[in-house]
Order: sequence, then structure tokens, then C-alpha cells
Amino acid sequence: MSLLSVKSLTKVFGGLTAVDKFDLQVTAGEIVGIIGPNGSGKTTFFNVLTGMVAANGGEIYLEGVKDNLLTRKTHEIIACGISRTFQNQRPFNNLSVLENVMVGGHCRTKAGILSALLALPGGRREKRQLMDQALEVMGLFGDRLISMKDRPAWTLSYANRRRLEIARALVSRPKLLLLDEPTAGMNPAESMQMVDKILEINKRGVAVLVIEHDMNFIKKLCHRVVALDYGQKIVEGSFSEVRNHPKVIEAYLGKD
Amino acid sequence: MTMAERFALSRWTIKVAILIACMAVPLVVQSNYAMRVIIYIYLYIVLALGLNVVMGFTGLLNIGHAAFYAMGAYTTAILMTGYGLSFWWTVPIGMGLGVLMGLAIGFPTLRLRDDYLAMVTLGFGQIVYIVANNWMSLTRGPRGIPAIPAPTFELFDWRFVIDNYTRYYYLILFFVALTIFACVRVRDSRVGLAWMAIREDEDVAAVMGIHLGFYKTLAFAFSAALGALAGSFFSVFQSFVSPNSFTILESVVIVTIPILGGLGSIPGTIVGAVLMIGLPEVFRSASEYRMVAVGAFMVLMMILKPEGLFGKKLFQTTYKV
Repeated sequence: MSLLSVKSLTKVFGGLTAVDKFDLQVTAGEIVGIIGPNGSGKTTFFNVLTGMVAANGGEIYLEGVKDNLLTRKTHEIIACGISRTFQNQRPFNNLSVLENVMVGGHCRTKAGILSALLALPGGRREKRQLMDQALEVMGLFGDRLISMKDRPAWTLSYANRRRLEIARALVSRPKLLLLDEPTAGMNPAESMQMVDKILEINKRGVAVLVIEHDMNFIKKLCHRVVALDYGQKIVEGSFSEVRNHPKVIEAYLGKD
Repeated sequence: MTMAERFALSRWTIKVAILIACMAVPLVVQSNYAMRVIIYIYLYIVLALGLNVVMGFTGLLNIGHAAFYAMGAYTTAILMTGYGLSFWWTVPIGMGLGVLMGLAIGFPTLRLRDDYLAMVTLGFGQIVYIVANNWMSLTRGPRGIPAIPAPTFELFDWRFVIDNYTRYYYLILFFVALTIFACVRVRDSRVGLAWMAIREDEDVAAVMGIHLGFYKTLAFAFSAALGALAGSFFSVFQSFVSPNSFTILESVVIVTIPILGGLGSIPGTIVGAVLMIGLPEVFRSASEYRMVAVGAFMVLMMILKPEGLFGKKLFQTTYKV
């Protein structure tokens, strides 16, 4: 059985169909790339999947969750096992790097306000454990985040903010990680390092859906590629199949 | 001793020293007038720290905090004068009713942000003021409730009445300590982190698994409980409450304090209260002009240190003009 199965997903903004009867299957441990020209509905698909915008139709099923994910509230999705990063970089700017990553573990912790007021041992232990987990996940990027752990997130470099978002998403122990242009703004060397990091994350059993414009990156990383245009899936297959498919070339460059 | 241990120890020393200094205030300050001003400063510390939970931690602008203050004050006044209840019972009851009121304002405004939320809370503060002014049978309207008895401890034959400034000082000092303690603990917990994530970016916070409705309402409820606590004290300290103490101006003064001190900062809010309540008294000799001095000070602050005295340097684009 597949990890994620999306059936006939549709999202309409006014008169514009941003995602049009989109179907997708992701098996556990897979890395799937999503490509397509700007405005083809890639990010909207992520937004619907994480509950940030409501879909107009379709179904989303995730392994281990009985009901349609579209019926879940936004904050419940991450606990089901889907977490994401954002294309336009949205760390919590005035929180420290460590705090940012710890927020990602919110759904895996329970302590409430009474536990906080009475400083119950359970809540304190939970916080310590979460802090350790956060540091462990940050360690994925060597010293880059750990050396900055007490600095506010807005002081980080562009590339480090992307790494921070990935760490924040990983602390929730997702089954499926959604990366929205994880290398935008990075230089080629940093991009290739990012490939290694994502492969490392994948090796730990996390399936990855990645939106990216950098074809070299997609080629090195993805087991399978899906191309979107006007919200519809136009081609699906291996990188070489998709890259040279006439429909994909047409979507990017237009017809003669 | 490692650096961290030495640092922790010195922080403890500072805390204990501050506490001892606060305990010694009534021994040093002889004038009743000065004691009264200091007690008011402490009262506003409780109010402003309560508001800081909603504004500073959670990032929701509330210009109606005086409503919760009024709730506590009227609960204590009515229950003590009308029903002969002990002050110590009216405090938790007032805080409980404050929480209900916090839920009443927090829940319907969940979808509102920024200016829109400010408008609704402003209106809410006005509603409470108007109700207090017109519900004659309960609040006696503009005539207010006089002769609120002093808080008393009774244990068998032993009776201790809080009836002078020194005793009131220790009572409010206890409330301030309780408030600081509660605020620090919650700020450093999972709940505090969730609040601050909402403040930074509520859409991302929701995707990160934070139930916006629950945490925003919780912030209002917690803030309201502290507001009501201050109200209960005000009631017995003044021994008289009337709607005039809970006007919109009151809410505005309370809003100014955490902004002046640095939103989200607990020491900042405390210093803000000292300045906002203390400064007008320092300039009392200048009579009508004293509010001009306070206004000038605030304008200067906003130019020189817009993030507040103790505020963190916030993420913002700055243009040099």
C-alpha cells in the first residue's frame, strides 16, 4: 500500500483552477520531485496537503490515518505525519534557532498550562527530551545550526534559514517531508550538499516530496518525477523520461 | 565551578537581593503618599504582566484589559459588601469569572488579527464599562460601591486585618511575586513557546501543529485571571469601586506599559510600570504640565528605542532617513 494517495484533488481560486483533478501516489521511502513552470500549482498542492488552504474536491489518504486528510484541521495534519518547509522562508524570526526547531516538536509533546505552572516533572522531562531531539536533528547540518542555536532566526543566512526549516519539520518525526524549493538562493556547492542531506534524511525512512526548479538537483535526488502544468499532471516517470517529454518542453518553452 | 553554574548562582543572588530590597521598602519609606504610589506601581505591574501574556507573548493587541480588572474589582466589592464573603474567597472567584470573561472575548475573536482585534477589544472594554455604569441593581451604577471591608485573616481567636499601607504593601508584593512566577514558568514552557510561535507567524504555527483557537483563548483566559487578581486587590485597597476606574483611558495606560518596557519582556514590563505610574508622580510639582513631560518621554522612547527599554532587537527592515 502506498504511503500517500491523492485522488482527484482540486483547488479553485475564483475562476482559476490551481490544482485540477490531481492524482498522486507516494510509496514509503520514496523521493518524488514535482516540477512545472511558475504558477502551475505546485505550492498550492503543498498548501492543500498541509491544510493551509481548503480543497474544493478530492481525497487524500495517508498510511495509518483512516479518514480523508482533507477533513482534518490544519494543526492536526503534522501529527498524522506530514510536515513541510516553505518556499518563501518562514522561520519564527524573533525566536532563537533552537526554539524554532522545538516548535516543530509541539505535536509530539503534551504538557499543558498546569504542568507549566506547577513545574511538574513530566513536563520538565518532556522539554529536556525535546531539546535533545532538536539538537540531534540540527546536528544533521553539522555545526551550521548548532553553533547558532541561541541566536534569533532572523540573523541566519539565507541558506541556514532553509536548513532551519528542514530541521523544524523533522523534529515532528514525519513520514512524509514536503520541501518547497529547498535550494532556492543557494550556490551550486550548497545545492549538492543539500542533495546529500536529503538522501540522509530519506535513509532514515522519511519519504520526501520536493518542489524544485533546479533540474540537476532533481536528477541527482529523485526516484520519480511528476510534471505539472495549469494544475494538471502532464507527465510522470523517471527523470530522463520526464525531462525530455515533449509536453514538459512545451510547458516550459511553449509551442513552436 | 563552571561559567554556567557561576552565572546561575549570580542570577539567584540577584533575585534574592531584589526580594529582600522589596521586603525592606516599608521600613525605609515613611511617607504614606510614597507608599501609596509604590503600591499603585505594583498593582500596575500585575495588570501589565497580565496584558503582556496576550500582547507580548501571543502578539494579540488588547485595548480592553480594564474589563478584566473591573471584573475582579466588582466581584470582590459585591461579594464582600453584599454577601459578607471573605476576601480570600473573592480572589479565586473573581479570577474564575475573569477567565470566563477571557474566554468570552477570546473565543469569538479568534479569526481577527491586528487592527480588527484591537477594535473589538476596545469595544469590549467599553461594553464592560457601560454595563458597570448602568446595571444599577448590581453595581449601583456611577455611585459605585463604597465601604468595602479590609481583608482579614482569622484563625480561631487570632485576627489579622490588612488595614494599613505596610500590610497592603506586603499583600500586593505577594501578588506581584505570584504573577512574575506564573508568567516566567508559563513563558518557558511548551505553552509559552506555542504562544510566541503564534506571535511570529500564525499560519506557520498552525502547520507546525499548534491549535490556534485553543492557545489564543488560553492566552486571553490567563491574562484575564491576572487582570482580575489586580482588580480584587484594587477593590479592598481603595475600599470603593466605581465605573470611573475602568474607563478606556485605564486600558490605554495598561497597554502603554509593556510597549514602553519592551513587549514580551517581563523585566521590561516591570520597569515600564515603574516609569508609567512613577513618572507622573515625580513631575507632580509641574501640575498640568506633567502629562506633557510623560508624553515627551514616550515620544523620545519611540524614536530612540522603538522596541522598548528591554525589548529584543526585533526583525525589521530599517531605513536610514
